[in-house]
Amino acid sequence: MYVAAIFLPLLAAMIAGFFRHILGDRGAQLVTTGSVMASAAMSIMIFIEVGLNGQPQSIQLFKWISSGDLQVSWSVHVDTLTAVMLVVVTSVSSMVHLYSWGYMHHDKSVPRFMAYLSLFTFMMLMLVTADNLVQLFFGWEGVGLASYLLIGFWYEKPSANAAAIKAFVVNRVGDFGFALGIFGVYFLFGSVEFKDIFAAVPEYADATVTFFGIQAHALTIIGLLLFVGAMGKSAQLGLHTWLPDAMEGPTPVSALIHAATMVTAGVFMVSRMSPLYEYAPDALAVIAVVGATTAFFAATVGCTQNDIKRVIAYSTCSQLGYMFFAIGVHAYQAAVFHLMTHAFFKALLFLGAGSVIHAMSDEQDIRKMGGIWKHIPVTYAMMWVGSLALAGIPFFAGYYSKDMILEAAYASHSGPGMYAFVLGIAAAGMTAFYSWRLLIMTFHGKPRANEHVMGHIHESPPVMLVPLLVLAVGALFSGYVGYDLFVGEGREAFWGEAIKVLDATDSVAHAHHVPSWVKLLPLYMSVGGIALAYVLYLFAPGIPGVIARVFRPVYLFLLNKWYFDELYDRIFVRPAFVLGRHFWKGGDGALIDGVGPDGIAAATRDIARRVSRAQSGYLYHYTFAMILGVAVFVTWFLMSKAG
Amino acid sequence: MTDLPLLSLVTFLPLVGAAFILFVRGDEAVVARNARNVALLTSLATFVLSLALWRGFNPATADFQFVEKVQWLPDWGINYHMGIDGISLFFVLLSTFLTPICILSTWGAVEKRVKEYMLAFLVLETFMIGMFCALDYVIFYIFFEAVLIPMFIIIGVWGGPRRVYAAFKFFLYTLFGSVLMLVALLAMLYVAGTTDIPTLMQTRFPYEMQLWLWLAMFASFAVKVPMWPVHTWLPDAHVEAPTAGSVILAGVLLKMGGYGFIRFSIPMLPEATEFFAPMVFTLSIIAVIYTSLVALVQDDMKKLIAYSSVAHMGFVTIGVFALNQQAIEGAIFQMLSHGVVSGALFLCVGVVYDRLHTREIARYGGLSNTMPKYATVFLFFTMASVGLPGTAGFVGEFMVLLGAFQTSTWVGLFAATGLILGATYALLLYRRICFGKLDKEDLKALLDMSPREIAMFVPLILVVLWMGIYPSSFLDPMHASVVHLIENYQSALAAANGGSVAAN
Repeated sequence: MYVAAIFLPLLAAMIAGFFRHILGDRGAQLVTTGSVMASAAMSIMIFIEVGLNGQPQSIQLFKWISSGDLQVSWSVHVDTLTAVMLVVVTSVSSMVHLYSWGYMHHDKSVPRFMAYLSLFTFMMLMLVTADNLVQLFFGWEGVGLASYLLIGFWYEKPSANAAAIKAFVVNRVGDFGFALGIFGVYFLFGSVEFKDIFAAVPEYADATVTFFGIQAHALTIIGLLLFVGAMGKSAQLGLHTWLPDAMEGPTPVSALIHAATMVTAGVFMVSRMSPLYEYAPDALAVIAVVGATTAFFAATVGCTQNDIKRVIAYSTCSQLGYMFFAIGVHAYQAAVFHLMTHAFFKALLFLGAGSVIHAMSDEQDIRKMGGIWKHIPVTYAMMWVGSLALAGIPFFAGYYSKDMILEAAYASHSGPGMYAFVLGIAAAGMTAFYSWRLLIMTFHGKPRANEHVMGHIHESPPVMLVPLLVLAVGALFSGYVGYDLFVGEGREAFWGEAIKVLDATDSVAHAHHVPSWVKLLPLYMSVGGIALAYVLYLFAPGIPGVIARVFRPVYLFLLNKWYFDELYDRIFVRPAFVLGRHFWKGGDGALIDGVGPDGIAAATRDIARRVSRAQSGYLYHYTFAMILGVAVFVTWFLMSKAG
Repeated sequence: MTDLPLLSLVTFLPLVGAAFILFVRGDEAVVARNARNVALLTSLATFVLSLALWRGFNPATADFQFVEKVQWLPDWGINYHMGIDGISLFFVLLSTFLTPICILSTWGAVEKRVKEYMLAFLVLETFMIGMFCALDYVIFYIFFEAVLIPMFIIIGVWGGPRRVYAAFKFFLYTLFGSVLMLVALLAMLYVAGTTDIPTLMQTRFPYEMQLWLWLAMFASFAVKVPMWPVHTWLPDAHVEAPTAGSVILAGVLLKMGGYGFIRFSIPMLPEATEFFAPMVFTLSIIAVIYTSLVALVQDDMKKLIAYSSVAHMGFVTIGVFALNQQAIEGAIFQMLSHGVVSGALFLCVGVVYDRLHTREIARYGGLSNTMPKYATVFLFFTMASVGLPGTAGFVGEFMVLLGAFQTSTWVGLFAATGLILGATYALLLYRRICFGKLDKEDLKALLDMSPREIAMFVPLILVVLWMGIYPSSFLDPMHASVVHLIENYQSALAAANGGSVAAN
């Protein structure tokens, strides 16, 4: 069952991909969706067995790379952390598969799309079931491939191609750090298997190494290198630029890959490495700061974007920041809890947005929407549910997980923890604000679309609405149901060995004893944000324009996403091409070839020409040369005699 | 083990086929068809025969196997001595595997002088295999240099418009290296009194002499790899060579350099190797970064892949001189995988070149629309070239970097930047060829791959996946030989250091 749950999607992807002409659209949809759903059913059983009954499983499939001490196997390793991920990945994935039946039915290459989705699911499952860093890296790059293929799915669009390459390359920058982290782990521990690493970590708690000429605390350096990988995949500040652009992909892709699953791989990986990070407090401090800054940064940008998907994308980026600063304050369980709830409500929001886009004839600009709630009531209701969960309104899923993170940040009583708490609270207010800005601009007010579009508005077919409803159930109840297990009283039994927190730093435990104002503050902020959005966009719609004009530099700064893209273009992209051209024309062409082969050839020709000129055929030239030669010879002879 | 001289059979079987082709008579079309068929059959038979080597190979020992030794010039200590170990085994297989595919690729591409073309390929195959099997320096040298002749002819006769320039550049560079290697050969013969490779490995040359010998060999091997800055012959040679020529050039000929380092420089000249390793690292890192950036701005498909080859071979030289098990095995593996993957990429270029007769990237775009099978295959090999885990490219690159990191973190750091740059140029190339709108008229009529072309790629795809998912088939036979190599190297260094301490 464990192996089948993981390899079914691969099998389906292959069938749908290679036999697409035989199967047709419907066949490919059935094969892929069916197998992912079967995989989801098995995942739930696995979750019960492993998570609830506490029986981790580890299956070695066969040897992968073996060379000296380096031993890597293909394996299926399931503990509680993996089981949670299995359920999240397969359930969201099967809903997205189903949703795509409706969303993509106009498309000319449905089988290819379904095959990519299933391939992605397989890669993600390989990632979460790895028992060593290299297989994790396999899944890590594999989801990157699927993401590349799906962002660039509409390959005729130049913007989609650019976004796909950007996603892959920026992720590669992260992977560069990740790979170095793996090398560092091997350098220190002589193994890349989790169980060997974790067993050996306490011995190396104070070890130092010299990497790149810097002598430093070994685990901190390794932790930071691995985190660079996580930053790439999970779009943390600095390496986040690919995520908003990734919205060029079809919306189901954004829901599955760029909201619910792949982007949380970084959170998963760092949580997986918790036994190592527990001994690298400085690395955790960095993670907390980066996470909190991302949460804040992305929320500020989210407030100004006008593309419905980009708003949600920045929201994802921001929520991932929350997860990371939770990790940074030792609250791994809270991070994974938020990962799960977020997967449900963010997938819901994206699929809801997809439903809106579908209804609006592929319009994505919220400035051209408005007043459509009556036409698509189910979608409207679902977007409300998703937004309430995102904003952390009580009893919705996000309330439990996000508040837990903020409380843990406060309870950690450290500098980075307080920094994270303050920025997290601020971001919570903005989150609510941009969510309701989105809701109001999309659904309320006067219709701003043209009549043609308005005439075509229609509620999505059931095949798209059912996934929304299922995810809404997750967005409603996953927080309440999971609270006790993930971060409450039952957490130690639930997590078992999967996540390790040292007693002294167990911030989740302390989080239950924070003052009540800390517990209530996020709620006030959210309500405040919602109220502000109502004031600005429904009751007094003139004000935002005024604000934008008065604070124009700030507005532009936010609208242009803090100018990260422009900056990177200046300092990395363009210089790379300029350098390449210089190396090519100057280095290879002028210098190496000029001096080397061409130079030698030219010199040879030149000398030959001169020599041939000497053979003029005139007798007096030859006589002159002879006399000159005799003179030289005699001189030399006399000189040497004299000496 | 059988008593058949299996290695000689594998080595010289292609020559038998070549002899057959030589005697084919008749009108041109018949000759062409027969020559092709004979060449294909011969190379396939050679491949099958070489599989027997793999089957019969004993991975437990580091000794040379399938050894054949016949006296040739006993006064000079020169013998016809052949044998393979875990290092050379797969290079032989690589040669025999790629040759039939190359021959298959010429079906639509080469129309003139088919007979001679096939002859050149079969002769080339013999020389390549012979070079990897040779256990006598003189024999090695003969094969090593002889390889140049058919290659020179292939580029010079069937090449593109600037073929003569490219062929001469190729020749000039490699000749320069060869002369120096010949000097090294004579010097070693003079000191050791033999050119037997296993004996030379046991011979200890004086330190000063090692340095000079090392440099002389380096000149030859570095050109072949090719290492920066003696790489500029490669882009030109690739651009002008016919498709099959490029495949062999990238697939096998470049490996001669790396093989030479492992077979000669390290075991015979350990102290010099230790002395020069930092220089090799520096040049390799420059190769990785510099040529990746150059690849980024190319307008010619083949040139781009050629530059990427230089970058990938930079990993190989790093791995070889990092001198630990993972790195060296990784380097060998990287050579094999690069042989298959870059060979396949050149074939991919060949597929569209045969249709449109241009290699200019800007002339393409949107091929995914009309050639979905081609786009899939091309994507697969692009990803393998980028080093996606699960493909052959990853295993080699990962092991090299991991090994290099253990030797020097700086080397690991700089070399790993290749991960980023490699992805950039490869994906940009793919985008410009396959993605985008199909708006060029002449592209709309292109047909997708024919069954023959698919037959050409299927074995390559399978091998790339096999190497990526279960590389143990390839790594296991290497272990004993590589461990032996490293142990010898380290004990030689220890002995040398011990000696110098005693001298003080």
